[in-house]
Formats: sequence, structure tokens, C-alpha cells
Amino acid sequence: MRLNNFVWTTAIIAAAVILTAVLSTASLGASDTGGVEGQGVAANKSQQIARGKYLVDIMGCHDCHTPVKMGDKGPEWDMTRALSGHPEQVPMPPAPALPPGPWGVTMALTGTAFAGPWGTSFTKNLTPDKETGLGDWTVEEFIATMKTGRERGKGREVLPPMPVQNLRALSDADIRSLFAYLQSLPAIKNRTPQPVEPPDSK
Amino acid sequence: MKFLTTITAVVLLAAIGRATAGQGTEAQAPVAPRFAGAPGAAAAPGWLSETGLYANAATQRIDSRNRLFSPQYPLWSDGATKRRWVRLPAGSTINVADLSKWELPVGTKFWKEFSFKGRKVETRFLWQTAKDKWIFASYAWNDAQTDADLASESGIANIAEVEGGKRHSIPSVSECRSCHDSKRTETLGFDALQLSTDRDPNALHAETLTAEMVTLRTLVDENLISPKRADLIANPPRIAASSPITRTALGYLSTNCGSCHNRESSIASLGLDLKHAASATDCTAALATTVGQRGHWVVPDAEAESRVINAGHPESSALVRRIKSRRPISQMPPIGTVVADRQAVDLITSWVQNNGEELKQLVARCAAQGS
Repeated sequence: MRLNNFVWTTAIIAAAVILTAVLSTASLGASDTGGVEGQGVAANKSQQIARGKYLVDIMGCHDCHTPVKMGDKGPEWDMTRALSGHPEQVPMPPAPALPPGPWGVTMALTGTAFAGPWGTSFTKNLTPDKETGLGDWTVEEFIATMKTGRERGKGREVLPPMPVQNLRALSDADIRSLFAYLQSLPAIKNRTPQPVEPPDSK
Repeated sequence: MKFLTTITAVVLLAAIGRATAGQGTEAQAPVAPRFAGAPGAAAAPGWLSETGLYANAATQRIDSRNRLFSPQYPLWSDGATKRRWVRLPAGSTINVADLSKWELPVGTKFWKEFSFKGRKVETRFLWQTAKDKWIFASYAWNDAQTDADLASESGIANIAEVEGGKRHSIPSVSECRSCHDSKRTETLGFDALQLSTDRDPNALHAETLTAEMVTLRTLVDENLISPKRADLIANPPRIAASSPITRTALGYLSTNCGSCHNRESSIASLGLDLKHAASATDCTAALATTVGQRGHWVVPDAEAESRVINAGHPESSALVRRIKSRRPISQMPPIGTVVADRQAVDLITSWVQNNGEELKQLVARCAAQGS
């Protein structure tokens, strides 16, 4: 248990340091995307979208929300499905049961499905498709989700590996920029699976 | 790609840490700013004893202007013993022109005290300082039980044990507002149905009314509501239902689910409306939007049969499955509780199982009537 605590503590500190660096870089980079300050309001829509793209790119949103495919040089993001979450054409069998011990998480080869003590989670479709993505979300719901770590601000917890504990530090202006960029993407119809409870939860 | 993978791995571990956090037993110290409020604006006092609850803080004698009340369908709060008070400004009235949406006078204050295992843990405070401007605050009781200190806006995690190592947390302000909807701030347990004198004898966890508790009759008799509504005494509000258990089930669902799942909520697009409307007949939206409806959440291992309520089949009813769960993936309500309400699980399971035909026929009749 102490080892676990150590691992979690170390991981949280490491994640906080990296995300802080990333977010700091985001603020520094603001001037590269039209002079928009992190806490400020985007001067216009195109600047806001550019700022949102910049944030998406450096915050690692693609890492989990864009499926990985095998390319000539190894795994690479499938940008034809950028930010559309776990592909519905890839049904996942139940996650393998791991033996007791420090190994506790499995990840699909697509990089979009994860299983651990919380159950199995599938990354969400962030494109503006109305039925399967964020097309029917309001910016207020998106802000509430990022600030509370709950779906639309009042639903179930957003599940690992989404780093909601770090995203709470985003300014409302930056969250609006993220949303503006995501809403500007081509809508991809992709119904991502419902998360799966851990096996002992019945 | 390697760098991104590294980030993913580290963030993943951090996230797992988050998933397993909150299971410890240590209370966390407040870290966020207290309720300072905007400069010049009214703010929550630093101590509960400064909010006006007590006439004598040393003896904790309640100020006589603060009136006890007890909703007939209480919210499940992990078995907490709760006491609630309301204070209306002198000479003011509650506008009940819309019986489903009371307008409380500016200056109204509410307190709700939570106790676990005989000890006061927190007291929540709602104060309408200007029209539609409410202060949300919570106070954490000290070990000596002499007063309670204003909690931070981010709440206090794991402040008291509920049972079996599971611990109660003081909610953050944003969590408060997720139930007391920010667009339509409500005092959830203080309305016509909850204060009706026609109380449901089978309501779960309801307290016995005492003479000092405010009811609709009190409000009418003391001219505390306008316009005058003598009919609220002659025909006190009650849930119209085809059987006693349906009445009780709908009352429970209205309180415990309907605060978020209602037609005016920010999540109305999910299609659920479990909030009892004052004008509702037995053709209620609570049944029309659940019985036989597919819903967004599918019961695992019952994908084909899964419905929000599958009349006659609790095992494939998402509503039953989710109120039983306290897993982040599936638990309902998603906040404010760490222990499932076993009595409610039994009641709702029995209702869905044994009243299946009643529910199906009722929903079919209402659909045919177009209501």
C-alpha cells in the first residue's frame, strides 16, 4: 500500500509538473497566436480558434482522443479521425485481468481505450457531430465539465486518463478557445462506447 | 510521439491516483479561497454563529425567527440526521403564483445541519442577498461541537466517516450549484409538495412532523404566501399515482433525481424529467420519460432489453442499476452520496418488478390520451 501511495504521489507530482510546464508554455505561446492572453478574451473568432488549436496541440488532447494507426515508421495518429475518440468499428473485448501487483492498467493499441481499477473508459468524440460528439453541447457545459471534472458539470465523473485535476486550472477564456476550435473541426460520426464498470461492481 | 506517449503515461498514472484518491481516512485541509465574495458584496460570515442561526451561540439556542421544516421526501445523504431552518425577512411573503417555482423574498436564509453518528459535521447555508443572487456556504463543525468554521469554496473531502471507511465530504460550491441549478437556483426541499400537509406515510427517511415545523398550513395561516391560496389547505398537494408504492417511488425520484433531471435543467437534452410538477396528473413525465425508454446509459449484459425503466424487469432497468451503484462510472446521484440508499434500492426494485403491468398500462393510456 505504501508503494502504491508512493507511485501515485510521484505520478501526480510528475503530471502536475509536466502539465504546469505545458500550460505555462501555452501562456507564453499566446503571443504567437495573435497576442491573446490566457485570461483575456479572444479578439475575434479566428484568433480564438487558433488559440484553441494551439492548446489542443500542446496539451496532448490528440494523445488519447485521436486513434493511433500503424504507419511506415510505426504508430502514428490517424488524422482522418482526428479527435473523434475511440473508433466504434473497434469493439473491445473485456480488458485482461491482471495479476495482483503494481501493474494495474491496460491500454488498447488504438490508444483510445483504457482499463484500470475504475473500469474501462473510452475516449470521447470531441468533434461537433450532433449525435455522437460535442455538437449538442454549449460552451457553458464544456466549461462546467472542465471545471468540475463531471460530464456537463453535473453528471458522472470524467474518467481516467483525462487529467481533469489539471484542466481545472485553465482559464475560462482558454476553455472557450478550446471549445471554439473543437466546434470548428469537421464533424465525424463516431459513437464511442459507454464506459464499463469493473468486474466486481454488480 | 515518444514524448507524447510519456506524457500520456504520466498523466494516466496521475489519473489513476485520482481514481483511487478519496478512499483514505484523513480529512483534507481547505486549500481554496474562502467565500470572500465580490468587493462590497454581501459575503458569508466566517463562522456559523455569525449567520443568524442562533439566538445564543454559546447554548446554540435557535433564534425563534428561524423556523424548522421537514420535507416529506428528504434527499438521501448517506443516512445523515438533518435539521433544517428557514428565515423569511419580517413582513415579507413568498410569491407562489407559479406553484412549481416559488419566488422567495430577498433576505431569505436557509440552514441545513448534517450529523453522522450523533455528531454535527456540517451546516449548509443559503442566503438570498439580492434578487436571484444566492450565497452558498457550508460550515465545518469543530471537534468541540461549539461552532462551525466556513469551509473553502472547494469543499472539504473526507471530513467524517459514514460507514465502513466511506467518508462524507463537504461539497464544493460548484457541486452545490450542480444540484441547485445555477440558472434556476432553488431551495430544493422547500416547495408546495415537500411542505404539503398530505404527507406520504410511506415516504422513505421522512421525519415525523412536530408542531413547531413549518408546513403549507403554517404559511397560509400566517399569511406568508401570496397570492392567498386557501386551496392549498383544502386540497393539499400530493403526487397523483395509481398505487401507494407508485406515489412513494415518484416522490423519492423527484427529490433524488429530479433536481437535475427536469425539463428546465441544463441536461434536459438527456430526455429525463423526474421532477414532480405541481400540475402533474398520474400521466406524469416521470413515467413517460422513463418507462420503456431506451435512455443514454445501457445496462451491461442486457444491451437489448435495457431501458431506463424496463417495467417488470429491474435487472435491465438502468435506473435501478444506477441507484444501486456507487462506482464513478455508473452511480446515481453522481454527487452527495458515497453509500447506496438500500431502502430506496429495495423500494424501487420492488416497484419496477411487481408493478410492471400497472406502469405499462398507465404509460400506454397516457400516450393514447396524448398527455
